[in-house]
Amino acid sequence: MLNPFRGFGAVFYKETLHVRRDFGTLFFSLIIPILQMFLLGYGIDTNIRQINTVVYNADGRRESRELLDRFRNSDTFHMVRFVNNDRDLNDAIISGRCRVGFKIPVDYSDKLIHQMPAQVLVLIDGSDSSVAGQAINVSTAIGLDESLRRVLVNDTSFAVDMRPKILFNPDSRSPNFFLPGLTAVLLLNVTTFLTAFSIVREKERGTLEQLFVTPVRPMGLLLGKLLPYLGIGFFELSMILTAMRFLFRVPIHGSVFLLAFLSLPYIFVSLSLGILISSKATTQAQAMQLAFLTILPSIFFSGYIFPRETMPKFFFILSYFVPATYFINITRGIILRGAGWTHLWSDALVLFFMGTLLLIIAARRFHNKVIMA
Amino acid sequence: MTSPDQPAISASHLVRRFGNFTAVNDVSFRVEKGEIFGFLGPNGSGKTTVIKMLTGLLPLSSGDATVQGIDVRLDPESVRENIGYMSQNFSLYGDLTVSENLIFYGRIYGLSSERLRQRMDTIVQLNGLGPYLNRLSAQLSGGWKQRLALGCAMLHEPTLIFLDEPTAGIDPVARRQLWDLLFELSAHGITFFVTTHYMDEAERCSHVAYIYFGKVIADGTPEALRELPDVKPQGTYRVEITAPHVTRALRAARTIPGIRSATIYGQSIHALIDDHLDLDRLRAQLLKNDVVVAEIRPLAPSLEDVFVELTSIHLAAQEAPRA
Repeated sequence: MLNPFRGFGAVFYKETLHVRRDFGTLFFSLIIPILQMFLLGYGIDTNIRQINTVVYNADGRRESRELLDRFRNSDTFHMVRFVNNDRDLNDAIISGRCRVGFKIPVDYSDKLIHQMPAQVLVLIDGSDSSVAGQAINVSTAIGLDESLRRVLVNDTSFAVDMRPKILFNPDSRSPNFFLPGLTAVLLLNVTTFLTAFSIVREKERGTLEQLFVTPVRPMGLLLGKLLPYLGIGFFELSMILTAMRFLFRVPIHGSVFLLAFLSLPYIFVSLSLGILISSKATTQAQAMQLAFLTILPSIFFSGYIFPRETMPKFFFILSYFVPATYFINITRGIILRGAGWTHLWSDALVLFFMGTLLLIIAARRFHNKVIMA
Repeated sequence: MTSPDQPAISASHLVRRFGNFTAVNDVSFRVEKGEIFGFLGPNGSGKTTVIKMLTGLLPLSSGDATVQGIDVRLDPESVRENIGYMSQNFSLYGDLTVSENLIFYGRIYGLSSERLRQRMDTIVQLNGLGPYLNRLSAQLSGGWKQRLALGCAMLHEPTLIFLDEPTAGIDPVARRQLWDLLFELSAHGITFFVTTHYMDEAERCSHVAYIYFGKVIADGTPEALRELPDVKPQGTYRVEITAPHVTRALRAARTIPGIRSATIYGQSIHALIDDHLDLDRLRAQLLKNDVVVAEIRPLAPSLEDVFVELTSIHLAAQEAPRA
């Protein structure tokens, strides 16, 4: 009688050994779903809290401060900047540092004291529709509540009138929101993956070993490898932008040239990441795994899909270490908000430093682990 | 920089440690110009580490090495300018054609386009690559890949070429052809540093060294090594005994006093015999044990015999202090 399950025990035994030997694969395949679960479980809170907010309080007296306290206590707004003129108010939103701006006019307290309706301007960045919706709802609710209290006490008409105004992407189209962010993820995909693969492939073939015994200098080798992919990255960027503009009809409000220029430090970071991966991975399959490890945070922690404001504290802090966070601010800034150099130079600078740091680490690792191994 | 009597490679007291592990332990040897130097040893014995040290990829933990008259520690870059290197997997770009591979390596060594064209012509002619110039190198057979790889390694006219297991996985005909090519190039004054597992290749080298777990335990011409007292103890000689039933013959031979050791090689037995048991007596002894002998003839020890002998002596010497 033939046993149809013959060999089961042996194969099972062998497979468990494989799994234990290749601990890295197991670790990543287990940890990534758990990270996603945490993020989706805690991170995606429909009640968006702690939206970065800029305040221009032209009035400055007790009544205005009380109103601001009520905004603050709502837990929706996190006041990070106080400015003294309309230009700074706008700039704070265009640069992406704040998503909501309150302007309390100079006569706010006077009007309330004289029992006249007082208006407050609420500027809302519409590039993230869920944040915008929450900001409108909460600010008008607070305005209504404030009015009701005054009406009940003083028996006046509508006291505080919130005037929300959605800047950029006023009709809250989702392509406008998603496509600029997608640029960052796609670019990373091309540059990091391709660089990592091209180096690891040479490792697999043994050609890298051969190159080291020639007079080629490490920098000559790395730059010679990076430049073609920089070109490919640039080509990819222009394709994405063309498709975005003409197929999906996302208007580009800022300068395309600035966008191209500011994408350089981001591509630089991605390429350095690729080298870093290639210094670790010895096979293309490993390189693939590690590259995914860079893609996932870029999707989940960069604000590409989930607003960073809604993230748990830990992931919010983590998002500052994700290069895509800065580049998404650059793409959304230029494409949706028409931001310029003055608004975005700091993001570009952070990317540039990240790239330099990564390249130094990658070059050192490359030297120690690949050449000396 | 190089004077005529200077060796191509001079290594003295090379040591390389990785943490607690000593991969290369006090290795010294000299390779003269024009030699085909065979560097032998089991896997993991330190062959590749020595090559990496000599090509300036791995810093020496201690010791000195000059290659082509250049101090490896002071100027690894110029060492690499002046040598050719071919690794065991014929590091070619499979998605590039034969001529593209040659052009790539030519550019790496900074050849002018005119010189590159000249050198390519010479090499294509020498290695017989003519018919394949426009073929992707991935589509070449092992033997041709190896010729192309050798061509790439000698584009810049190095007078010293390192070949790391050049014949691993190559068919016997291609193996023979490569060695013919090496002899021809060697006649033109090129020095070769060859690592190999094949004993027949070792026999072809003009100078061999055997490294065993980080230590060189044999160094000299194949002839000199065969005459080493350790390998050919005083008062003994080697014979090859051909018999119809080798296994039975071996069993019998091992019982005969005066036969120090006996091993089967194919259809015959190699034995180390005491001098007092001369050929006639040996034949008589075997007959007495019911062994029909077809032929007995004196034999020089093979390099394999040499290395087996030296390895066991080396191991015994290592065991001794511990015991």
